[in-house]
Amino acid sequence: MNFANQVLQWFLNSAHWQGDGGIPHRTVEHLAMSGASVLTAALIALPVGIAIGHYGRGGILAINISNIGRAVPSFAVLVIAVELFGIGALPAFIALVALAIPPIVTNSYIGMREVDADVREAARGMGMRERAVLLRVELPIALPLIMAGIRTSAVNVVATATLAALVAWGGLGRFIVDGFGLQDYPMMFAGAIMVAVLSLIVEFSLAGVQRLSTPAGLRPTKSIRKEEPIGSALDPAMAA
Amino acid sequence: MLATGVVGAVEDPWIRWSWISGHADVITAALIQHIQLTAIAVVVGLVIAVPLGLVAWRSRVFRGPIFSVTGILYTIPSLALFSALVPFTGFTVLTAEIGLVSYTLLILIRNIVVGLNSVPDDVREAARGMGYRPLAELVRIDLPLAVPAILAGVRIATVTTIGLVTVTALIGEGGLGSLIYDGLLRDFKTPLVVGTVLSVILAVVADLSLAGAERIVTPWSRGRATT
Repeated sequence: MNFANQVLQWFLNSAHWQGDGGIPHRTVEHLAMSGASVLTAALIALPVGIAIGHYGRGGILAINISNIGRAVPSFAVLVIAVELFGIGALPAFIALVALAIPPIVTNSYIGMREVDADVREAARGMGMRERAVLLRVELPIALPLIMAGIRTSAVNVVATATLAALVAWGGLGRFIVDGFGLQDYPMMFAGAIMVAVLSLIVEFSLAGVQRLSTPAGLRPTKSIRKEEPIGSALDPAMAA
Repeated sequence: MLATGVVGAVEDPWIRWSWISGHADVITAALIQHIQLTAIAVVVGLVIAVPLGLVAWRSRVFRGPIFSVTGILYTIPSLALFSALVPFTGFTVLTAEIGLVSYTLLILIRNIVVGLNSVPDDVREAARGMGYRPLAELVRIDLPLAVPAILAGVRIATVTTIGLVTVTALIGEGGLGSLIYDGLLRDFKTPLVVGTVLSVILAVVADLSLAGAERIVTPWSRGRATT
């Protein structure tokens, strides 16, 4: 009870809501860094995954890049980026982009591959040109899986951005890392709560976007929806 | 360091072999701790996940809550989870394991449910027709047929845990992560490279060994693959 009270007092202290080290600024920092990283990763990964899926070459690469990504610890990627680019925002950004790319490549590849060959044939039979087949048939059908990849990456990036506080960057991880350093456990605990809540908000809102991105005709009814095994294309976020 | 005043006069190479040979005992200890932390997490995770998986499979009422709670645990960033536990359980192995086990649960439970759901109804019918009682059917029909999916979950949980163990360096455990953290704190690349490379090798070896184990315990799927 005493500890819970200390955490509450920490949140109620108006000093923690002001300035560059305050909660609002740290939250914005965290979201801006995560957003920029995921966006950059998507700009790199989507064309690659979609092209591989569309042309059907290099599939082994598209699948394995995620398995390799899972085997390399996020923490190690971050520290290696620091050794290469110094401390601060740049190495954090580069590490986060590198971590966000594999799931997006793999999922957009699988999304494109899972488009039924008959559907593609039918589109061609209706006289659609290659561009139209890609833009009006393949991409809309692949969109939910593409979004699943972006969601996996985004949740992973928000989590790893927390670790970036260790390499002298800001974000909400600062409260946790500084709490450790100062042995200020209420601050550390408050930081942990904020990071957890932020991750859950990102996860749930992107899950909503993913559902909305499913073309109306393809939305599964409750009775036929199946659980996908983890490790499949619908793998939720990797823990970081 | 030859501090002669010339900036950057002493380059820190990516690998300093002399450090590695001089610290073989430290590296071995870190590797062993890494394996121990991972093994405990996956085994304890399985012990918890199997009954919960069975409940989630059989009971519609409990399925939602089980997946929601384990899904939330899975989404919470590791650093946040570990540091939220420290005020209560301190800088201990227990703190590390509570966090690591919670990350395995969603993966394991989902694959257990998927594996059990994939058992064809005909097979179950046949088992009942042969006089299997529910418990015998579960133990001798359903679970063995679900093994490939369950082991796929164990593989992913193991590889994920090996990566996450590195983060426990921040709460004083860490296995190979303690080498990575040491490299960061001292701005010295060799332990960082050693910790990273061994961690990746460990993940690949664990994944391949579990794939091999899967082939051994499911001889029927091997036959199918070759025909």
